[in-house]
Amino acid sequence: MSEQTNTIGHAIDRVDGRLKVMGHAKYAAEFANTDVVHAVLVQSTIAAGTILAIDALVARSMPGVIDVITAENAEKLHKAPEIQQAISFPLLQSNEVLFNGQHIAIVVADSLQQAQEAAATVVVRYRPQDAVTSMEGRDGDQRKPSKKLNGKFEIDSATGDFSSAFEAAPVKISATYKTPVEHHNPMEPHATIAAWSGDKLKVWTATQGISGTQQTLAGFFGLAENDVTVICPFVGGGFGSKGNTWTPVTLAAMAARHVKRRVKLEITREQMFFSNGYRPQTRQALKLAADRDGKLLALRHDGVIATAMPGAGEFAEPVALISRMLYACPNISTSHRLIDINQSLPTYMRGPGEASGSFALESGMDELAVALDMDPVALRMRNLIDSDASEGKPFASKPLAECYTKAAEAFGWSRRTPAPRSMKNGRMLVGMGMATTSYPTNRMKASAEVAMLQDGTVIVRCGTQDLGTGTYTTMAQVAAAELGVSPDRVRVELGDSRLPKAPVSGGSMTTASVLPAVQEAATAVREALFDMALKAKGDQWHNLDRTALTLDNGAVVGPNSQLGITDLLAQASLPSLSRKVEATPSDEADTFSRHAFGAQFAEVHVDPDFGTVRVKRWVGAFDVGRVINAKTARSQLIGGIVFGIGMALMEETRTDRASGRFANANIADYLIPVSADIPDINTIFVETGDPITTRLGVKGIGELPTVGAAAAIANAVYHATGKRIRDLPIRLDKVMA
Amino acid sequence: MHAFQLIAAGTPGAGTTFIAGGTDLLQLMKNNVIAPDQVVDLAGAHLRGITATSIELRLGALETMADVAAHPEVRRGWPAISQALLLSASPQIRNMGTMGGNLLQRTRCVYFRDTAFACNKRHPGSGCPAIAGENREHAILGASDSCIATHPSDFPVALMAMGAGVAITAAGGGTRVVPLADFYRLPGDTPEIETILQPGDVITQIVVPASEAAKRSVYMKVRDRSSFAYALASAAVAIEIRDNRILHAGIALGGVAPMPWRAAKAEQALIGATADAAAFEHAGRLATEGARAAGMNAYKIALAQRAVTRALMEAAHPTAETGVL
Ligand SMILES: Cc1cc2nc3c(=O)[nH]c(=O)nc-3n(C[C@H](O)[C@H](O)[C@H](O)COP(=O)(O)OP(=O)(O)OC[C@H]3O[C@@H](n4cnc5c(N)ncnc54)[C@H](O)[C@@H]3O)c2cc1C
Ligand code: SF4
Repeated sequence: MSEQTNTIGHAIDRVDGRLKVMGHAKYAAEFANTDVVHAVLVQSTIAAGTILAIDALVARSMPGVIDVITAENAEKLHKAPEIQQAISFPLLQSNEVLFNGQHIAIVVADSLQQAQEAAATVVVRYRPQDAVTSMEGRDGDQRKPSKKLNGKFEIDSATGDFSSAFEAAPVKISATYKTPVEHHNPMEPHATIAAWSGDKLKVWTATQGISGTQQTLAGFFGLAENDVTVICPFVGGGFGSKGNTWTPVTLAAMAARHVKRRVKLEITREQMFFSNGYRPQTRQALKLAADRDGKLLALRHDGVIATAMPGAGEFAEPVALISRMLYACPNISTSHRLIDINQSLPTYMRGPGEASGSFALESGMDELAVALDMDPVALRMRNLIDSDASEGKPFASKPLAECYTKAAEAFGWSRRTPAPRSMKNGRMLVGMGMATTSYPTNRMKASAEVAMLQDGTVIVRCGTQDLGTGTYTTMAQVAAAELGVSPDRVRVELGDSRLPKAPVSGGSMTTASVLPAVQEAATAVREALFDMALKAKGDQWHNLDRTALTLDNGAVVGPNSQLGITDLLAQASLPSLSRKVEATPSDEADTFSRHAFGAQFAEVHVDPDFGTVRVKRWVGAFDVGRVINAKTARSQLIGGIVFGIGMALMEETRTDRASGRFANANIADYLIPVSADIPDINTIFVETGDPITTRLGVKGIGELPTVGAAAAIANAVYHATGKRIRDLPIRLDKVMA
Repeated sequence: MHAFQLIAAGTPGAGTTFIAGGTDLLQLMKNNVIAPDQVVDLAGAHLRGITATSIELRLGALETMADVAAHPEVRRGWPAISQALLLSASPQIRNMGTMGGNLLQRTRCVYFRDTAFACNKRHPGSGCPAIAGENREHAILGASDSCIATHPSDFPVALMAMGAGVAITAAGGGTRVVPLADFYRLPGDTPEIETILQPGDVITQIVVPASEAAKRSVYMKVRDRSSFAYALASAAVAIEIRDNRILHAGIALGGVAPMPWRAAKAEQALIGATADAAAFEHAGRLATEGARAAGMNAYKIALAQRAVTRALMEAAHPTAETGVL
């Protein structure tokens, strides 16, 4: 393999970059724009109760309006398939209202404007009931999640004896941390175009999981999976909001069948706050105890998490998982409890569980360091552990100590004077804070097909998604490296349910799941080409060890001679040679605990009068396994840190207590960081690789950089001001008080 | 038909709205907050022009935020105007948004902008959910039992500190100049009425007197993120200092009241005082006299005081720290 063909690890440009910059990358809403009618959703304005009547008389009579679909005339759907991605409420199957902003009607019209105008005239009469609009004062209603966390982890855990160890310990802290509702707000709002032909359904939709969408729609409409086609070549960001098949997708398909037309349903920015999940509100009680040298003796982490009313589904943010595995501690106890409230269903959001959980744990570690009068990095170093005590397994790889050291050095941590308010820059208070990050390395089975064409073009086909993260590019790189072509000779096809199946792009597992399949399929193509070459060369390469062969620039290269692939395939009368492979995680991998790790260091400046906090510097060192593309990997790290800065300082969806409705449901009033909020971010790859999970050595990157970011900032704010903010986001009113 | 022809013909009635840059109007229409029968574009109405003399600055109502902010005469003679505009919105919006439109931007009260909620301003008599609800951004001064919304614009706060006036042409033709201090109306029990404008009235110009104080003016804005966010509190000050004595002071607060809030008491207290920290802190405290918090907005009282103090300090001893927040 030459430099040019083996680009693995290089910072190569996105293969789809030009398409995107030129506006030629087609997103869901941009398909099939002719012969399409438009659907607009009407949403409830109460949080609990029954719909008595929906008066759509005016709407129905307005120009261009085709129909108004409500629970009265909507088709009855089949039961949802038993997969997590299938969201079955609200789908106009009853008159029950479980949250404010619930979809209760669909207006379909010839044009979007006609549908919008008609939707505004729909009048709804309700019989309201008392709604639960906040977790506050509802502790009596705490309940256990009905399922294991993330489908596989115990709800509660206990090792050793927390109570006696905590009791007896010389140094301890006890604190409660709160995180608010946050919304993903990807650049591309959800959109679906649905087209029926007979009993076959085709949808173009923005999704992180085409296979889940296919199964969900097949289930609801009682179809065979193959009768549902899902197309999604590009996703304009998801962050978890497009992982499930949210009900607007199904509603679009219902509307299309109802009006017997191709229907387009785009969610407005405001509706995005009510339609596709959010990071749920949490309250986390944390207790930590250590001996005087900082060795942890006891850790307790109890999470109380808001979720929807059972009729709208259940999601349990697994906040305390990270406390089970991050540090050496003989006595650990964790628990998760839910409080049902009248709000839409929460869901995964970048760093689900760990992002919220690490805010508590890593703030707590900082508080413990203060109580011990110990350096926060030293405290973490003291409690390093190389096996996962909660699972009783060794870590597949864990270069965390190196992450601390490298990041601390690049950051200049040694310049930090530990006393709060001891560092200044002009009138600004300067604070330095750090935190650990970790996120599981997930992998699921995936299939891919790789084909070598006669002209040397390589085609990679896999039913995965590219959320904007660079999946097209890394797939091309891996196939190129295996087949000795430059990545621009590789054409990647993804985002189509007719392609070989791949899992949802969530849990940072796309690279670890999809690339092994691409690699194995490409290897199989290469080996087949070698077989053909050996045969074709007959005596000349007789008894040749095949490791002496390579593929380079369209030829099988052996000792002293080479054989062009074009000829090879032509002689065999093959237009192309392809192999399809299903790659599954090894059983061996299950005997290890697999995580990515990292260290986050932040410097903030706080205005002493106004309490405004601005991040001025960031250094993060991340154990991301082997880097496939230094450019897209770094972009993920930067993006994840920006996500964490937003979480720390400004992101919060606020609920109007009286009505249960999200009050700031728009992006003028829901703040996310702008460029001016983001400093220079220095990311360091600690590239030791993970030989266990995949042959490529990759770990997930997407969620890791968000985890720990909020705590690093909160710790820096404490260092700057002496104020410990345990309630996100850290806005000026909390700091200036 | 051009706007002025329409107006002269007496057509615009209560259901007519003008559109300038459209950056606020279109949002409100899309969200069904307002539904005008007729929208008249002011584009053809010759309302441009920036003229600065030794006496005054005249800004055509259709001048964009970007152009006024960048104008060298404005920056020299009335710097707080330029600062307030540059700290507003985003470059894209400043390229579209106009002087007249900015004076008339509607409140950012989240209840007002979501028709699922009741709101006395949008739907008189329906109630004010902000008073017992999410009111972190709401007013501490000048509010009433029927509405506690703030005026969100920055630019008129600077104008208020400099004693500006608004030139208005009525539907029938006549033009009058109204002091900005008399242009806005407090909510009382009619929060839907925000200004003295009558149907068909067009803002044609904004007139700002020149002065030594205006030359030394400063706009200080405090917000939740570094850019593209409304003021939680802001202060515009224009002071004239000679031999470390304050000869003239204009002070106005933004983001804390239903209109740009002139702090007359604080101004008076400064006249003749020594330009030092003690005087500026005292002025800060006076500036919020009568403030009343609704709940989550209690922090604004101290925040506004500190903004005034810091703006005065900055005006007296410039460090160019405006805009960093
Ligand atoms: C996300 C976002 C953030 C923003 N942040 C800020 C900020 O930080 N600070 C700030 O000050 N502003 C901010 N803005 C608001 C922006 O400055 C205003 O929308 C803009 O100034 C309005 O000007 P326009 O010309 O577009 O007004 P339009 O939308 O055209 O009109 C607004 C109103 O004024 C009326 N009108 C306009 N011109 C005249 C006239 N000459 N005579 C009579 N009536 C007239 C219209 O009828 C309408 O009612 C922000 C806006 C957005 C969307
Ligand atoms: S504060 Fe004013 S604008 Fe806001 S809801 Fe109350 S009445 Fe409406």
